[in-house]
Amino acid sequence: MSTLTEAPPPLAPGAPESKPPKRRGRFTPYWLLLPGILWLVVFFALPMIYQASTSVQTGSLETGYKVTWHFATYWDALSAYWPQFVRSVLYAGTATILCLLLGYPLAYLIAFRAGRWRNLIMILVIAPFFTSFLIRTLAWKTILADGGPLVGALNSLHVLDVTSWLGLTAGDRVLATPLAVICGLTYNFLPFMILPLYTSLERIDGRLHEAAGDLYARPWTTFRKVTFPLSMPGVVSGTLLTFIPATGDYVNADLLGSTDTRMVGNVIQTQFLRVLDYPTAAALSFILMAAILLMVTFYIRRSGTEDLV
Amino acid sequence: MTNTTDPSGDVRLTGIAKTYGSFTAVHPLDLTVPQGSFFALLGASGCGKTTTLRMIAGLEEPSAGTVFLGDQDVTALPPYKRPVNTVFQSYALFPHLDIFENVAFGLRRRGLKSVKKQVEEMLELVQLGEQARKKPHQLSGGQQQRVAVARALINHPKVLLLDEPLGALDLKLRRQMQLELKRIQTEVGITFIHVTHDQEEAMTMADTVAVMNGGRVEQLGTPADLYENPRTTFVANFLGTSNFIEAEVDSKSGEDIVLKAGGGKLVLPEARCSAPTSTGGKVLVGVRPEKISLTHADDAGEIPEGRNRITGRIADSSFIGVSTQYVVDSPVCPDFEVYAQNIDRDPRLVPGAEVVLHWNPAHTFGLDAAQDADAGVEEAA
Repeated sequence: MSTLTEAPPPLAPGAPESKPPKRRGRFTPYWLLLPGILWLVVFFALPMIYQASTSVQTGSLETGYKVTWHFATYWDALSAYWPQFVRSVLYAGTATILCLLLGYPLAYLIAFRAGRWRNLIMILVIAPFFTSFLIRTLAWKTILADGGPLVGALNSLHVLDVTSWLGLTAGDRVLATPLAVICGLTYNFLPFMILPLYTSLERIDGRLHEAAGDLYARPWTTFRKVTFPLSMPGVVSGTLLTFIPATGDYVNADLLGSTDTRMVGNVIQTQFLRVLDYPTAAALSFILMAAILLMVTFYIRRSGTEDLV
Repeated sequence: MTNTTDPSGDVRLTGIAKTYGSFTAVHPLDLTVPQGSFFALLGASGCGKTTTLRMIAGLEEPSAGTVFLGDQDVTALPPYKRPVNTVFQSYALFPHLDIFENVAFGLRRRGLKSVKKQVEEMLELVQLGEQARKKPHQLSGGQQQRVAVARALINHPKVLLLDEPLGALDLKLRRQMQLELKRIQTEVGITFIHVTHDQEEAMTMADTVAVMNGGRVEQLGTPADLYENPRTTFVANFLGTSNFIEAEVDSKSGEDIVLKAGGGKLVLPEARCSAPTSTGGKVLVGVRPEKISLTHADDAGEIPEGRNRITGRIADSSFIGVSTQYVVDSPVCPDFEVYAQNIDRDPRLVPGAEVVLHWNPAHTFGLDAAQDADAGVEEAA
């Protein structure tokens, strides 16, 4: 058994295994982690470091940028663009709540009531992913077009009077208003809400509903005291999967909104690609990231999902 | 028992039935469970016992018939309006609530504000006072089972329904919980309806057992009555083991019937025969293995008069400590089982020995020969 003393050979999948099982077991997890870690280092960690350094540089395109530890960029960016930050959070928050209100009943239906239609409905939920995000958002442009049938109907039902009183629409237009952007965000992120909700609802043992009913809980109480608390992991991951990308989104605001509905994503995009003010764009990105991280941490703490199965 | 004459805890099922499409889970069934009794619904899986229980709980809507609790017709009431509680198979404890809140659930739903004292008392009753703030998954199977019982009992239901409550426990714990449940039932005096497929469990715990088969109640009675006087081969085989001999009615003498079987005669008390007894009619004569004595053929003369006897040859014997189990090949019955206590073991009783099997005629029972003698054998195994 001279092989016992040999060092383990580097990654050699398919090679005949002669090492004792104990030694193999000890290193396998690291080998398995390696590709993922490499990927993260190259495509996440390095760009992050690069952006972090960009955010504290000064200079211009002509003279070149240098790291001068100019943290004031952060402050300048925040004071110049705070309305866009607030707007992003408001739009994304509204869209997240709408997604939850629309998605929960549907996920509940699929999980408990759909029977043999379950798979079909699931396919319908995922179907939009088969076309591009851009195409779908452009389609909304047509749907919400001025003088189109939808806008006409909303107008004659006086829905637009209400939304324009709320400041969500302007006159008899829907396109290029906050409402259009929120609708677009809601539509585009709805599946990311439904899928985790469905997964956590589907895992709930049906006998728990029976047990609650047996213990004098009416159907609505059963939902409040048993079903909803048990679906909290789905609610939390669904809202995070909706809120986080929605906050940084710029496509919906770009295609469906106007200059008055610009979100922080649009600002970052403009700074990077048109103004070419890289430090400000990088600082904005970091502020956005920190803000989301802060909100998410607070949210997870509050919802107390660590406790749940 | 608190008040056994109060009829408000009676459960009365009249013509209750359940069909799923063309499949009949429960045939029209009449059943009365008196207040304060420990009642077991016993049967193999798919016999309709759980469906019957769920119809009492309101979790299943009967296709026909009426469910009465005391004088109240509850057939149309949803489960949350019925004064019954269920201990579910695998317990169905709420995983997001701690033990205290699980037990308090029913009280809170009925709008009680101060539940602390009651919950603590109930947790004491099931010996879980220390575990109140743990989550269900932190408890062992037996503890979870007790939480499930406490969660149901705290509501003082008129009837407690138990759906295979011990099925998930290992054998030793199951025995212990059987006694525990029996103790709790005696203490609180509530009517218990217990669904199980374990005949030993049903016999240990229940005052009355209803044996179900194919959506019907085959026989209802005390455990001893069912064991000693089974009225169908299913009951005879499902509860313990039975030997059957096909015989023909020969004559009657007093309270006994004399039967012909393979050249010999057997005596059977008429009261213990559930088959028609006209002369020439076929009867399945049954006898339990532990009622039979085994004597070597050489000593046949020493067998007292008046005992039923048949001859045979020992095919197999297995020593299992307290008893020895013999399989005897007899002309009237190919695999006759005999359990002999190991008091005085006759060394001649080995496979191949010619023997006489004999027993007191009073231990014989008679069944209708039209049925399958092996019914219930598979299910009991």
